[in-house]
Amino acid sequence: MATFKVVHYINQFYAGIGGEEKADTKPFKEAKVIGPGMAFNKALGEDVEIVGTVVCGDSYFNENMETVLPEVLEMIRSFEPDLVIAGPAFNAGRYGMACGAVTAAVIRELDIPAVTGMYEENPGLDIYKKDAYIVPVGNSAATMRKAVPAMTKLITKLLHNEPVDPVVDGYVVRHRKNFVAEFRGARRAADMLVKKLNNEAFQTEYPMPEFDNVDPSPAIKDLSQTKIALVTSGGIVPKGNPDHIESSSASKYGKYDIDGIDTLAGTNYPDAKAYYETAHGGYDPMYANQDSNRVLPVDVLRDMEASGKIGELHRYFYSTVGNGTSVANAKKYAAAIAKELIADGVQAVILTST
Amino acid sequence: MKLELGKININQVVIGTESKIVDGTLHICDQDIISIVLEDDRIASCHVEIANPGDKTRITPVKDVIEPRCKVDSKGGIFPGVINKMDTVGSGRTHALKGCGIMTVGKIVGFQEGIVDMSGPGAEKTPFSKIINICLVVEPKEGLEPHSYEQAVRFAGLRVADYVGKLGHDVEPDEVMTYETKPLLEQIAEYPELPKVGYVYMLQTQGLLHDTYVYGADAKHIIPTILYPTEIMDGAILSGNCVSACDKNTTYHHLNNPVIEELYAKHGKEINFMGVIITNETVYLADKERSSDWTSKLAEYLGLDGVIITQEGFGNPDTDLIMNCKKIEQKDIKTVIVTDEYAGRDGASQSLADADKLADACVTGGNANEVIELPAMDKLIGQLDYVDVIAGGFDGSLREDGTIEVEIQAITGATNELGFNHMSAKGN
Repeated sequence: MATFKVVHYINQFYAGIGGEEKADTKPFKEAKVIGPGMAFNKALGEDVEIVGTVVCGDSYFNENMETVLPEVLEMIRSFEPDLVIAGPAFNAGRYGMACGAVTAAVIRELDIPAVTGMYEENPGLDIYKKDAYIVPVGNSAATMRKAVPAMTKLITKLLHNEPVDPVVDGYVVRHRKNFVAEFRGARRAADMLVKKLNNEAFQTEYPMPEFDNVDPSPAIKDLSQTKIALVTSGGIVPKGNPDHIESSSASKYGKYDIDGIDTLAGTNYPDAKAYYETAHGGYDPMYANQDSNRVLPVDVLRDMEASGKIGELHRYFYSTVGNGTSVANAKKYAAAIAKELIADGVQAVILTST
Repeated sequence: MKLELGKININQVVIGTESKIVDGTLHICDQDIISIVLEDDRIASCHVEIANPGDKTRITPVKDVIEPRCKVDSKGGIFPGVINKMDTVGSGRTHALKGCGIMTVGKIVGFQEGIVDMSGPGAEKTPFSKIINICLVVEPKEGLEPHSYEQAVRFAGLRVADYVGKLGHDVEPDEVMTYETKPLLEQIAEYPELPKVGYVYMLQTQGLLHDTYVYGADAKHIIPTILYPTEIMDGAILSGNCVSACDKNTTYHHLNNPVIEELYAKHGKEINFMGVIITNETVYLADKERSSDWTSKLAEYLGLDGVIITQEGFGNPDTDLIMNCKKIEQKDIKTVIVTDEYAGRDGASQSLADADKLADACVTGGNANEVIELPAMDKLIGQLDYVDVIAGGFDGSLREDGTIEVEIQAITGATNELGFNHMSAKGN
């Protein structure tokens, strides 16, 4: 008997049931190797055995994710595996989503490693890479012969509980983790510079990310007909910071009603109707606390509204703290805010930073 | 310029009625120190507390840490242009009291200062858990404006460090290191076969609690310039900042700049260490452009083959870092950058706010968003009122039992970008 038990997750197509017309196949399990599992079983050697295969149609999985995922996990659990392989999904979007969801859930819920393979543009990659071990593979099943050994290398290490590394073992970086290095940073930098100067190979500790640049929208032709909203990462909040937005690494954003508010008063204003301040810990707060219009210009926009220069100032402003807030969180807040703004008929946004 | 740095190991600090150093024990008279602090009438009160490595002690909010030093048989003094009269430092002899620091503690604006634990998991993250801290716990006069208070506390720490440092003037050091950098043409001629290396030292200069001073000048108003490395060991660069304390350089860090030490260690063997280009991190784009134009111009002018660039802070200064790196690389001068990361609590986000392909050699001090649980301590120096709003804290950070759950960005020096620590981060 083999030392390690593995379960393989695949879709209806690789199970040989059918293509798109069978994508609504409900999940089922079989205590045998099916389809691409044969290649894995062979590549993994005698120590490892695929003891079961769980199959689900791609449409069925994606349309019923909430109910089907626990079901699939239960089927996997019933084989008591040491590791789970999903796919590889190549560039199949829905299959990638299913493989990503299954691998991430297995790691999280069953606390065993799980590996899948995807093409770099598969939408499942970005969504699940944080948790799942995803090996980059080609964009179609024609590259299966290359995908299997690449995934097998990582699978074998994980089964033997050996430490793995995205660069060495060829998988997509899941997340960054702190560790204590042998030498202090300054020594590492000096050593790296000497290698670079001598044209020797060196390894950067942080490969530069690809940036997600946003093209500016075309200019607005007629401001007098435009509903404008104010959004800021400068941390302007009603005095007392009612939502407890953090001074750094904000875990949330706030939405504040400025109906009837003509100015974001700070300590410079005697007898204001309402007072504002900044929750931001990354810049000198004194000037924003004296007069919060300096960060979020409600006063000027009210004047423009009154004189007809702009159509309308949106009733709510949105605020978060940009200081130390991760790009992933910032993107999440922006998407949620944009959705509400569009629903409220806002046509333009003034986004102030600090 | 040649400096002899005499290191006097301090193994114990005792509060008493006399101030002196005897056999590695630093005796300090707290009343003398309090009088020095209260020379500034903006400060209402001060008391002195000692925190030793291994103590179950938490210190917060920490503003600055300063290693006591003094010039020996010199007309000038340390911290020139601020505490002692203006004079070019960096040559002659300096004595440093190793293993201890003057730590200023007190609330300035509430959400910006750091935490130092002397034992437990938090202690592993900060270099200051390994030294004996002479804590000055300071209270301002009522109604004192924050900028003025910040300055009063900063000066108080430096005055005390100067006073304590002078106790080492006549003490025989345990070790003497000699550092020398010659005038440009001589230095080039000394090791003509070795690559010429410089250090681009970025200083945080964004405003209250984000400032750095060079010979007393507010560095936000400087144009990048050149220093001999030894000037920095004599306190030419002083910290005025501690916001998101994990990656801010205290004065202690500046005095003991590890990049300067490591480049000197390779000097004459693998590289020819030519000197330091200091620059700032400003808030206006035009200033950023000017400063990075100048760092690259100076690097070229000095004939450098390579530089290490260190950042201070994160987010907005990431743009300064990348501008410096890019413009210097474009002059065919090789760079290594030292930074830290804000990759989110789960480590899954992009780590920097700016990036460029030319930044292909990067050293990281770790992910500052990583969360740590700091167990309750027996003793508190300072006050805990601000833990929930401190940078790195969040609502509920401070629990009833005294445990604190925070991002490591709240810990003083945790992800230092001079490469002071061993911590790094990697893809997992």
